Amino acid sequence: MLRERGWELSLLAVLLVFPLAVQDAYFRHLMILVLLWVTIGTGWNLLAGYTGQVSFGTAAFFGVGAYTAGLLAHHLEISAWWGLLLGGPLAVLVGFPFGWISFPLRGAYFALGSLALGEIMRLLATVWESLTEGMVGILIMQTFVSKVPYYYLALGLALASILVMELVTRSRLGYYFVSIREDQDAAASIGIDTTRYKMVSLSLHAFLTGTAGALYMNYMGFIDPQVVFSLSDISIMAILVVIVGGVGTIMGPVVGAFVMVAVQEIFRSGGFGGLKALTQAVGGGFLPVLTKYITQAHVLAFGVLVVVVIMTLPNGIVGDWSRIKRALRRG
Amino acid sequence: MAILEVKDLTKNFGGLRAVDSVNFAVQPGEIFGLIGPNGSGKTTIFNMISHFYPASSGSIIFNGADITRTKTHQVCALGIGRTFQIVRPLKRMTVLDNVIASAFLRCRTMGEARKAAEETLEFCGLTPYAKHLARGLSIASRKRLEITRAMATRPTLLLLDETAAGLNPGELDEAIALIKQIRESGVTVVIVEHIMRVIMAISDRIHCINHGQTITEGTPREVANHPEVIAAYLGHGGGGQYADH
Amino acid sequence: MDVLLQTLVAGLLKGGLYALIGIGMTLIMGVMGIINLAHGQMMMVAMYLTFVLFTFLGLDPYFSLLLTMPALFLLGAAVQRWALNPLLKVESLLPQNQVLMTVGIGMVLTEVMRFIFSSNYQSLKTGYSDATFFLGQISFSVPLTIAFLVACLFTSLMFWFLLKTDLGRSIRAVAQDAEAAQLMGVNAERIRTITMGLGAALVAAAGTLLLPVYYLFPDIGKPFTTKAFIITILGGLGSTVGAILGGVTLGLAEALGSTFLGMQYEDLVGLVIFILVLLFLPGGFKRLTKV
Ligand SMILES: Nc1ncnc2c1ncn2[C@@H]1O[C@H](COP(=O)(O)OP(=O)(O)OP(=O)(O)O)[C@@H](O)[C@H]1O
Ligand SMILES: [Mg+2]
Repeated sequence: MLRERGWELSLLAVLLVFPLAVQDAYFRHLMILVLLWVTIGTGWNLLAGYTGQVSFGTAAFFGVGAYTAGLLAHHLEISAWWGLLLGGPLAVLVGFPFGWISFPLRGAYFALGSLALGEIMRLLATVWESLTEGMVGILIMQTFVSKVPYYYLALGLALASILVMELVTRSRLGYYFVSIREDQDAAASIGIDTTRYKMVSLSLHAFLTGTAGALYMNYMGFIDPQVVFSLSDISIMAILVVIVGGVGTIMGPVVGAFVMVAVQEIFRSGGFGGLKALTQAVGGGFLPVLTKYITQAHVLAFGVLVVVVIMTLPNGIVGDWSRIKRALRRG
Repeated sequence: MAILEVKDLTKNFGGLRAVDSVNFAVQPGEIFGLIGPNGSGKTTIFNMISHFYPASSGSIIFNGADITRTKTHQVCALGIGRTFQIVRPLKRMTVLDNVIASAFLRCRTMGEARKAAEETLEFCGLTPYAKHLARGLSIASRKRLEITRAMATRPTLLLLDETAAGLNPGELDEAIALIKQIRESGVTVVIVEHIMRVIMAISDRIHCINHGQTITEGTPREVANHPEVIAAYLGHGGGGQYADH
Repeated sequence: MDVLLQTLVAGLLKGGLYALIGIGMTLIMGVMGIINLAHGQMMMVAMYLTFVLFTFLGLDPYFSLLLTMPALFLLGAAVQRWALNPLLKVESLLPQNQVLMTVGIGMVLTEVMRFIFSSNYQSLKTGYSDATFFLGQISFSVPLTIAFLVACLFTSLMFWFLLKTDLGRSIRAVAQDAEAAQLMGVNAERIRTITMGLGAALVAAAGTLLLPVYYLFPDIGKPFTTKAFIITILGGLGSTVGAILGGVTLGLAEALGSTFLGMQYEDLVGLVIFILVLLFLPGGFKRLTKV
């Protein structure tokens, strides 16, 4: 067991001491994002990778969680930390009618419905100004100045979600989820209530994502509909985290979260700010232009990544690891 | 009392009447054969019993209770297992995991389910393949996995849809032996089969349909000698296909 | 009364264009069994093409239909040939990886256009962009009316093509049962490539026709993808007649929504209809018409 789990345990050890070793606020911030994405990715993986229900609506649940926390503080002047408890359940509540409508239908309905759900939530949050302040967004006071408490909360949430995953895959639930993914009719024929178990899977996904959203609100202190209900930056990012890491594997979302946050940052900040520093050092030339283009290209990079990963690594880094190793060894 | 009773069962697909007022009753403990030429409606009858689609009219009674509108997974929970003519293994799971997924219907813990699955695998002779991925199996083993998976739900009635098709003579004998063994374990069997050698050898009674309608019902000998049955099979031009191997 | 009538006319005209968008999507849905989430982005590419042809060569949008439609046909066919068809052979745990692929392609198209044209709004002003004519009290936008008529023409051509030509019959055969069609000698892979091309060409026509009365920026694709799938669901996945009904319904609903509720509700109306259809008519209009 220990040998098998060697690298996972070392990773855990590194994560536990990370804030002690690294003082730099920027890298701490990136690690918090990675951990949030581990949670969100794990939730998506449960629903899509294990149960076979591809969702384009992760942002709906993330946003509901974030707004739960934000609105509690904004309207009721209760601590936004209550959102950490309520964000998940509220996201589940939103998921319920949606699953109830779309799961009994066959074909593309669920995928399309989820896409519509994300858009509906974004438009609602934009239009319903008396509740959400619309495009202006919600601003709250953060509790801690230091990033360390947020880091450990995010780590705890990520570990909890992986634990949920471990437990689920070894139990009846996991068997039922995978059976549904493999063949819904065959699953029904061996006595599995497919609609009900798809609902369970959706609820777990919504709960994890909603809780992550609530933590995000507490950490960032500011949200608006464009950010938390974003199709490309939340829903598609969640999918990318999982397919890059490895669909249907427990460690896939962990690997994917590291890779994707890194990719996102390389483009958004021009190589973790490295390009900018280089420009200042060297001065002028083509570097500023290059930096400008690279920082603009992060969504393009996402798109290209989707295309390339699906074509070359259909099972992600973890799923295709043996293939990658073979390819590397060969040359 | 009959374990399964089908009354005036009818199914329309648009303008096509695939099953037309079929009636039969299956007695506990027997092997009941359901035969008919290609496209005569046999699979459709199974699909209505396990409620993959609803019957257009008529009713299905199982152990005295009307299950015409009972959902697929509940039909299974009540004790009706089925196999698919076109096999549907859970491809990217091992054979053992396929069977564990079924066994969970009657087991609470992982340990129980695994033990029950291993027993069923042993009973059906698939133990050597337990660790294989389902998609890599030969056709004979896939057919056997269908039966094993259905048996793991501990049915009292088993619906077998052409589980002998595509097997070589040696595998056929094994399949016949397995079906007999299943009956001996107390499970009632309804079997759809084209291969006359199989159906004649193991059925207690046979119900023959053509174009969705009943032609006759009786012992294997009576049915085999019925002029309309002979006509239905030979009249389709492909009579040779159903002859003894 | 006049306001209502005016709104209905505006909705109907827009609905004609939506039908064109929806038919392309439906065709793809029917043959490939997937929803093309790059559909609106392909329309956006066609709009930029029209814009460039107009601005640099002075080509009238109606004339540039002759260029944008073939160009987008090639783009669609290329996407199918080199990005989607190969996926049919890849062994993957990922469900619906083709749909995810179209999402990726949509993002690439959007961002490439942003690279070239920046995020700024563009518009194309022709002499007739604001022209109107009156029937009684009701005003008709000239370009929208032309667009409506051309959309009707293309829709009829499409029907004729699907029903009467050999290629059209092959497409329908693959849509019904790809395996059976293949056994009868139809090259399903080629049919898929052609179908994606046709779908792209149809949505390109819609984009080119719309441009004189609309504005343009790289993100315009996404809302149209959303509209396209709403129309497809409304119509019943894969039904051509349904797509026309769906397009007109969406056009009318949006027009009514923005007149009587306010502009900002326009997009929400479509999504609400989408939910209502899932709830009460899960087969879409196909259920009612049986076509
Ligand atoms: N889902 C369906 N929709 C439309 N028609 C169907 C459907 N399923 C079956 N049919 C038609 O119903 C008729 C009966 O089919 P069924 O599969 O029950 O025959 P069968 O007796 O099992 O034949 P076989 O021996 O070939 O398995 C056939 O004409 C078939 O084409
Ligand atoms: Mg059959």
